[in-house]
Formats: sequence, C-alpha cells, structure tokens
Amino acid sequence: MAARKSAAKPNVSPEELKQYYRDMLLIRRFEEKAGQLYGMGLIGGFCHLYIGQEAVVVGLEAAADEGDKRVTSYRDHGHMLACGMDPDGVMAELTGREGGYSKGKGGSMHMFSREKHFYGGHGIVGAQVPIGAGLAFADKYLENDRVTFTYFGDGAANQGQVYESFNMASIWSLPVVFVIENNQYAMGTSQKRSTSGQDIYERGAPFGIPGELVDGMDVLKVKEAGEKAIAHCRAGKGPYILEIKTYRYRGHSMSDPAKYRTREEVQKMREERDPIENIRTMLLDGKHASEDDLKSIDKEIKDIVNKSADFARESPEPDLDQLWTDIYASELPQGDAVDS
Amino acid sequence: MATEILMPALSPTMEEGTLAKWLVKEGDEVSSGDILAEIETDKATMEFEAVDEGIVGKILIDEGTEGVKVNTPIAVLVEEGESADDVEVSEAPAEPAGGDDDDAGESAPAKAAEPASSVPASAALEPDWPEGTELKTQTVREALRDAMAEEMRRDPNVFVMGEEVAEYEGAYKITQGLLDEFGAKRVIDTPITEHGFAGLGVGAAFGGLKPIVEFMTFNFAMQAMDQIINSAAKTLYMSGGQMGCPMVFRGPNGAAARVAAQHSQDYAAWYAHIPGLRVVQPFSASDYKGLLKSAVRDPNPVIFLENEILYGKSFDVPDLEDFTVPFGKARIWKEGKDVTIVSFGIGMTYALEAAEKLAEEGIEAEVVDLRTLRPLDYGTVIESVKKTNRVVTVEEGFPVASIGNHLSAYIMENAFDYLDAPVINCTGKDVPMPYAANLEKHALVTTDEVIAAVKTVTYR
Ligand SMILES: Cc1ncc(C[n+]2csc(CCOP(=O)(O)OP(=O)(O)O)c2C)c(N)n1
Ligand SMILES: [Mg+2]
Repeated sequence: MAARKSAAKPNVSPEELKQYYRDMLLIRRFEEKAGQLYGMGLIGGFCHLYIGQEAVVVGLEAAADEGDKRVTSYRDHGHMLACGMDPDGVMAELTGREGGYSKGKGGSMHMFSREKHFYGGHGIVGAQVPIGAGLAFADKYLENDRVTFTYFGDGAANQGQVYESFNMASIWSLPVVFVIENNQYAMGTSQKRSTSGQDIYERGAPFGIPGELVDGMDVLKVKEAGEKAIAHCRAGKGPYILEIKTYRYRGHSMSDPAKYRTREEVQKMREERDPIENIRTMLLDGKHASEDDLKSIDKEIKDIVNKSADFARESPEPDLDQLWTDIYASELPQGDAVDS
Repeated sequence: MATEILMPALSPTMEEGTLAKWLVKEGDEVSSGDILAEIETDKATMEFEAVDEGIVGKILIDEGTEGVKVNTPIAVLVEEGESADDVEVSEAPAEPAGGDDDDAGESAPAKAAEPASSVPASAALEPDWPEGTELKTQTVREALRDAMAEEMRRDPNVFVMGEEVAEYEGAYKITQGLLDEFGAKRVIDTPITEHGFAGLGVGAAFGGLKPIVEFMTFNFAMQAMDQIINSAAKTLYMSGGQMGCPMVFRGPNGAAARVAAQHSQDYAAWYAHIPGLRVVQPFSASDYKGLLKSAVRDPNPVIFLENEILYGKSFDVPDLEDFTVPFGKARIWKEGKDVTIVSFGIGMTYALEAAEKLAEEGIEAEVVDLRTLRPLDYGTVIESVKKTNRVVTVEEGFPVASIGNHLSAYIMENAFDYLDAPVINCTGKDVPMPYAANLEKHALVTTDEVIAAVKTVTYR
C-alpha cells in the first residue's frame, strides 16, 4: 500500500471512527458480494455498485437525525445500508426474491423503506431531484422539522428538472439538501465533456442557494459539511447544496468495459484516497484500535454479508400471484411524516 | 481453501462469451481488483477482476475459447501451499444462470423469455430485394450501424446525437465506428438532458439539418415527450404545411432482460396514437436496415423503435449498394390458410415460433409482420383475414389501447363478415414490469399464449 497522508487530527471519538469504518466496510463488502452474485447469474439486469463512494452516505447519515429523509438514484445499495436497512432484505431484492424489500418486484434500482424514510431507488436520471424537493415540501407543510437528502450524480446535474427544483426549493425555502455525488463520470462521459463550468455547487448561486465543495473520500469532512447543511435547513433558511467529490472504482454498471479512463487513474484513487483505508490508518496511527480489533470488525462484516447472500439465495421466488398485486392501493398509506 | 473462478455474466443479456485473453498465468499471486482476463461479451470486451486473493492454481479454459457458458469454472485459485491438483473441479456450469421454465420453486432464477435465434430471410414470401441478390448474414446491430453510415455518406446534413453515441460508440454499441468515420461534428455526445437535446434536434430539423436523435432507450424519451409530440409531430400542421420536422428519433424500445418497471416499457402504441409521427418497429436485420434508411430520408419525424434483445440476432441482409424498405408495407413471413397472426418487432419471435409449433399440429398460420405502425398496411391484413377468417395479434406492450385493439376494431369495421371468430389480442400483462425472473417471464407475452389463442379462434 502506498504511503498515505494521514488526515488532520479529527475531533471525533474513537468509537465514532470505528463506527464509520464498520459502516463503510459493510457497503464495500456487500457490493463486492453483489458483484460476485451478478457474475453467477443470481442477480440480473442492471447493477450499479457504490464501491469507492462509501464515505459520502456514511458521512451524511452520521449527520442526520431520526426522521430525516433520503432519496437517490439507481446507485442505491450504499444509501440503504447506511440508513439502517437490513442487508438481508436488500440482497434478496437484488436476487429478486420474496424476502427482498420490494418482494422481488423492484430489483437493484428500485427499493424503498417507509420505516427508514428511504424513498428510493429511481431509475430515470434526475427524476429523484424534484421528488426530494417534494418530500421537503411535505415536511415544511407539516411543520415537522425534518430535512431531506436528495442525492444525484454529476451527469444528472445536467437535467432540466434539477434547476426547476432549485428554483422551487429556493422560493419556498424547502428544507432539502441537494447532494451531488460527483464521481466524475456519467457512464462513459467525464464531467469535463458534459458540463459547462466545472463547479456544480455554484449552480445554486443564481437561485440564492448556498453550496460548497466537499472531499468525498474523507468521511469526517463529509459529516462536517452535512451537519452544516442540515443546520441551515432546520433553521428554516431553505435548501443547501453539497457537491461531494468522489470516485467509483467499478464500471458504471456490470456491463461497462470502462475504456474511458485509465487503469492508472483508478489505481491511484484506490491507493491514495481510499476512504476506508484512510480511517483504518487513522485508527491504527492514533492507537484507537489494534490490528486485531480491526480484524474482528472485518470478520463481523464478512459474516453479515455472507448471511445476507445466503438469505438472498434461499428466499423463494415471489409467488406468481404477486404479478397482479400492488398495482392499485385500496387504502391510503400511513404517512410517516404525519405520525413521526 | 481453493476457490473456483467461474465465467462471469458481464451484461444483462450475456449467456456465454469468449475468453479472449488471460492476463495471469498459473502460479501468479493475485489480490482483489487485479485483472485476471479479458472476456468478450455480446457487446464489448471486458476486463474481469479478481474478487478473492490467492494464487492461480490452474487455468481450466484456454484463452481464445469461444462460447464459454456463464458459470463454467475457468480457473482455480488456491492458497499458499495448496496444490490445484487436489481440487475437484465441478461440471460446468456450477450453478445454473437460468432455471427451467416451470420450476418456479427452484432456487436459481429463471431467465427472461429468449426469442428464437436466427431466422433466415428466405422465409419471407416477398423479399424486398430482386431475385438473385447476394445475401450476407448480419446482426440487427450491424445493420443499423450500416444504415446510418450509408445515409451519412449520402447526405452531409445527416448527423447523430445522443448520450454515449460518439466516444463510447453507443451504450448498446449501435454507433460503432461512426465517430471515427464522420468526426465529432456529426457524431455528438450529449449531456444527459433528453428534453433538451430532443428539442434541439427539432430546431436543427427546422433549420435544415437531418438529425438522428438516439435515445439510450425509449424509456428515457418520456423526458422528451413534449418536444416529440408537441413540437416534432404537430408543427407541419400548425404551420399550414410551411415547416415540417424531418428527423429520426431512434433507440431500443420495450423489455430487455431483468431491468424492471422503469426500463422495460413498450411505447409502440403510445407513438402510434399520434398523427404527424411515422412509427416504425422492425423485426429482421434487413428491415432494420432498409427502414432506417427510409426513415432518414422521410420528410416527417420518425419514431424508430428497436429492441435490445434483437440487437444481437442474425438475419440475411441483401448485399446491395442502396437498399431501402418502404413505409406502410407489411411483410408476410409465412403463408397459411387457417389463421392470421399479425405482429411486429420482437412480437414476431413469438408469432413465428407459435406458427412453427402449430404447423406440427396441422394448423397453418399466416404470419404478417406489420413493420411500420404509421402508416399501417391495413390492406395486407384485410386480405389475409379474407383468406383465413381468424386473427390473433401479438405484441409485448400493455393490453389497454394496444395496437391489437386498434386492429381488432379496424377488422371488425372493414371485414366483419369474413370473421369466423372474435379477434384475440396477445399482449404483455396489464402490470408494470417486475424484476423477479419468474414474474418477468409471466409479464411478457409468451409463445404458449399465442398458441392457445390460435386454438381458441380455430375452435380446436
Ligand atoms: C433520463 C435518463 N437518461 C439516461 C439514462 C441512462 N443512464 C443511467 S445512469 C446514467 C449516467 C448517470 O450518471 P451520474 O448522474 O453521474 O450518476 P452515476 O451513475 O455516476 O452515479 C445514464 C446516462 C437514464 N437512466 N435516465
Ligand atoms: Mg457520476
């Protein structure tokens, strides 16, 4: 492993550091396992892995409070794990089984959890952005002091509905944090080739929305920025933009030959900026944890992930009757915003 | 403990691939993330990374081997001090990628319905080319690329734009080689902004160019629906004939494999609803080629619906310098006297497969491929109905307000006295597309349903 700059003295407890390590590692190992199951034909269709971007959701979730909401794109496994959804249910959805969060009907790109205030899992690039603004609209309407994290990619940042959402969120002072997960590529298109003006966070300025650029390979910096954004929203000052610079190590989805970037570029990120290795070094250097402590965390995570894979293979396929259910509702959903 | 490395599935539609090259040899130490091999899928050459760490104990499949089924063990990874010879290699494939049709309870998921493979063009009764024309075998993917390249050579104002069409050569590799030949002025990567670039295409067409706008899939054209319907389709009429919109919107339409509700919709009936649009949905490679060339030359906005599952299928294509197929002319793939099966696009795979099985039972079906939905070749359909007196329609789209519904009404109004049975429409089910393999299979129209419908209308 190449030498790594150890981050500035963090103002966090060793326990917190260990928690971030654990949370990020869970996402990494889960995604590696999903990649394996895909290769075996147990997962089908599109499967977009989050490997490399773990610090983004883990940092922001560390800043969130119970009841805050989140909505994102198809690259959603990490978000679900980070907000406390059950790895078994997520993995079983990936294999399209009855035990999955959507009973096998949604797949990798479409999962939801009312309980964890996770509003999907959206396959159409950019479509989740006004939805996130709408969640925040409901919170403001209901005066419940919640904040919504609306995640989208650097590619999605060029969709028109993003700016329609910025405008509405601003004029109505909606409590929404727009989180741009800038992993620098939209499929095979680098941000440079698709985006005029490279600083996406500045695009809020004409709408009066403050924004900042955050190092997304550093979970502590992400958390700090998240806290600031949330405080802004909760204070009733309207939306906030975080452009979080990150990197995806794997292809866009499983079928991406990735000829648009060099292996060296990927390798360099992995070796020099990896968010998990970063925390690991911090824990060891600060003598907050021993190699053995970390090994036992690794083992704990491996067990969780293996168990989820076993569950996802053993859970039966949905009953054929399921084809015809959930098309229309017979009663209104019990809104979590109302009762929480 | 030794682990087998299995041939991976590297795309939603991959069932087998070529092990193009090994980048490690026996005895090499590998760790997670190292590239083990290059594997050619139906779309691209992919690098295959190690997940586990270990030592390459044995390579089981030589490089250059074609047609390696997904899940076949291709190498064995051992730990320090372990020998590969002690490892028992399982029979290929280790775990089935797709179960058998009716074993719903099996642990491995079933594969999405896979249509019949290569259909020889000689099955067509009236080929669209002169007798004696040389034929070559081409995939739908190649035929589409050739059609665009030929039209771009012919007319300098034809250009292609869309997401990933240039440098990446198409998300589904349809625009392969176009950037090289025509350059960045005419093969243009767009940002992800469908409503914007569809509208820009309309403006460029008003301005005298001939845009081919690729949607990565038609699911994303919903973002652009307003520009397609309100601007492209209606301007000729609204301007009293002064200003039309000669352009092509193209891309894959309908279900692929396991990509769930937001990525699996068939829009044929949606677009066919709109006056002012031409709507094309071919089945065979020669029709993809000939109709796309006609689409580029047409003075109207053309919705050109392709199908991802058909992209890799091979057909005979005439080796002609300038081969076009006219709009509004159906093609009869098989003549028969007992029943008419009308379909288009991927629906044809079910129609032809059903016809073949029915023939074994002595039922002779006539199979009509509409090819274009606007204009629609009513004449050929009605003539066939007069002969067979029974009709089954087949399409993958939703049942309500389907193309089949429209045809049924048309036949009732214009050939009622010739019908010996009510027309049956075989369609996709009235549900959003589920992800689960077993459910997806039932959501799509099936060959068995077509056969059952034929038996109903023929009272067998
Ligand atoms: C409206 C729409 N257009 C195109 C696509 C196909 N597509 C899926 S992901 C993607 C790239 C998105 O990149 P980005 O927003 O940067 O997110 P990332 O994948 O990097 O997380 C594209 C073009 C889509 N799903 N929806
Ligand atoms: Mg991106």
